[in-house]
Amino acid sequence: MITAAEALVQGLSRAGVDVIFGIPGGVLIPIYDKLLDACQSGALRNILVRHEQGAAHMADGYARASGRVGVCVATSGPGATNLVTGIATAYMDSVPIVALTGQVRTSVIGTDAFQEADIFGITMPVVKHSYLVKRGQDLPQILCDAFYIASSGRPGPVLIDIPADVSVAPFEPVVPEGPDTPGYRPTVRGNYRTIRRAAEVIAEAQRPLLYVGGGAVSSGAADEVRKLAELTNIPVFTTLLGKGVFPETHRLSLGMAGMHGTAYANYAIQESDLLIAIGARFDDRVTGDLKKFAPMARAIHIDVDPAEIGKNVSVTVPIVGDCKTVLAEMIPMVKPREADHWNARCDDLKAQYPLRYKQSADTIMPQQAIEELHRLTSGEAIVVTGVGQHQMWSAQHYLCSRPRQFLSSGGLGTMGYALPAALGAQVACPDQLVVAIDGDGSFQMTLQELATGVAERLPVKVMILNNGYLGMVRQWQDLFYSKRYSGVDLAGSVDFVKLAEAYGAVGLRATRPDELVPTLERAMAVTDRPCVIDVVVDREANVMPMIPSGRSVDDMRFE
Amino acid sequence: MTHTITAIVQDHPGVLARVAGLFARRGFNIASLSVNRTHRPGMSRMVICVDGDQLTLEQITKQLHKLVEVLKVWDHVDDPVVQRELALIKVDADARTRSEIFQIATIFRAQIVDVSDRTVTIECTGLTDKIDALVRMLEPFGIKETARTGRVILVRGFQDT
Repeated sequence: MITAAEALVQGLSRAGVDVIFGIPGGVLIPIYDKLLDACQSGALRNILVRHEQGAAHMADGYARASGRVGVCVATSGPGATNLVTGIATAYMDSVPIVALTGQVRTSVIGTDAFQEADIFGITMPVVKHSYLVKRGQDLPQILCDAFYIASSGRPGPVLIDIPADVSVAPFEPVVPEGPDTPGYRPTVRGNYRTIRRAAEVIAEAQRPLLYVGGGAVSSGAADEVRKLAELTNIPVFTTLLGKGVFPETHRLSLGMAGMHGTAYANYAIQESDLLIAIGARFDDRVTGDLKKFAPMARAIHIDVDPAEIGKNVSVTVPIVGDCKTVLAEMIPMVKPREADHWNARCDDLKAQYPLRYKQSADTIMPQQAIEELHRLTSGEAIVVTGVGQHQMWSAQHYLCSRPRQFLSSGGLGTMGYALPAALGAQVACPDQLVVAIDGDGSFQMTLQELATGVAERLPVKVMILNNGYLGMVRQWQDLFYSKRYSGVDLAGSVDFVKLAEAYGAVGLRATRPDELVPTLERAMAVTDRPCVIDVVVDREANVMPMIPSGRSVDDMRFE
Repeated sequence: MTHTITAIVQDHPGVLARVAGLFARRGFNIASLSVNRTHRPGMSRMVICVDGDQLTLEQITKQLHKLVEVLKVWDHVDDPVVQRELALIKVDADARTRSEIFQIATIFRAQIVDVSDRTVTIECTGLTDKIDALVRMLEPFGIKETARTGRVILVRGFQDT
């Protein structure tokens, strides 16, 4: 006989879990007691965070950086509700995490018991699936199914809520033979005839573009995307979540498109006659006004989620299937294409509309800080961002060469994502350089996780682009509300250098352009703890170019 | 237009909330709903009637398909189907009006299932229109209460629903 707490530890080990991020609480003590055994035997690393939102983001960062399922744990009630933002973040960006929550004992569920929250109900719209475990003997199968559901098809978060009495009741365990999910069978292989049709449509196109999103990353399709692009000389643009899946320094790369994408990508889209969407969902931050988006283009849409196809735009060739599998099947059918006038046109656009920003002799420009970081790290660091201006500058100026290198909350746009997700990524990739590029507003939403980084000796670099504002909102107020700055001045913020030191991390500051590189170099030398670099930047720099929300490329602004 | 959607689901707690949530988050009002266990253990059948445009409902049925506990989904747009609803209608009736009410019920092939000195309760099965028509005919007598079920539906012939 074993208890569900023991079954949980066994199930995690069967699923290949080597680390969990979480905070215990009253109802979780039996589970944490069993986790201790696994930790002492070295089978599991239990990372104690400082706020449950951090646990969820760490699991998310771990999953995005490694491609494995991230696991976070929280106690009932407030612990569980604190996870919600992190779960929703993972849901919107299709990140595989499993969230384990403690629940009050079954006899008092629904009575407003101490630290009770209906987390199963609360998270229902933001999970791929969820379970309330009613009997301990169900847990082994549930765990097996949960990891399968989280990581297959279109990945996403799965929540498992375990009542306190269930976790201690003994039962005779049965090892599950495999996932048992009769209602869930993701389509992997695309329809052969549709794939052949896609190859024909590609051959007919004069001005085709590859439009690559996060689905290509989770499918592991980077090699296939590159093969297809090089075989056909079709220029490539990515979404924010697709960054790195195609090398941004490649001659065929147009960088990122959309609201703050490159002007040349956005112009090319308007002239294109075929968009080949690979694991991208025609999100409003990419398309702007749908009626004016890519007016001449037909679309081939490859996605593992049938509900994404035809959701926002009508599609000429819909292909439901795993991006990598579909592309591997499609590539031999595709006719090679020489670089032609369309490539020349895209190159012209690149030459004509490069990313530009105003330089300054006595103020650090935020874009410059990112470019220096890129140079110092040879473009090889795993970059994790918060949300706001710094996020878009990072996307524009930190060119990525491989998938899983750029981690950012795209769909939900969760400020505070950077630090905890970077810590999770560092746990997943201990030998790589992980840099969080954060805003001063974003950083202050989860900064307590510095303690986690110090305790776990995680050498994450946090480069704060400090402009003393909630910069993106300030930018919109600047551009669209006659500079009426309302609720955006972050006066009274903490001294980030002293803060870092107080936590036992390293704190550095650069305020003048000539201090930037030496400060970053000093930061890179820190290897045993987090290092916060407070980069004091131009207060009113704006992210450009910009297509205002819901508008088209005709309304793109350059200043 | 009104769509009738069938979903075969696993008989788990919370599955109704998940399905209903998909409609609610897009602001759809479910006109009628019937849920019951099927002859297959562990499986339930839901029939959902909802008004909405084709495109949005297509999106909703795709989302329904994605729910892990949903095994099959049909939106019966062009299917040949048999479908029924059931209504219980309690009407004011005394010795004077009772026989006229009985006659109306007979025309509608409805059953009298309860009689008291002041009321008659009628059971009627059929499509929405037929039940609406019966209700209209009974209104002049004074309807005390009605209880109507959601729709149940099966595709005609060999094909599964």
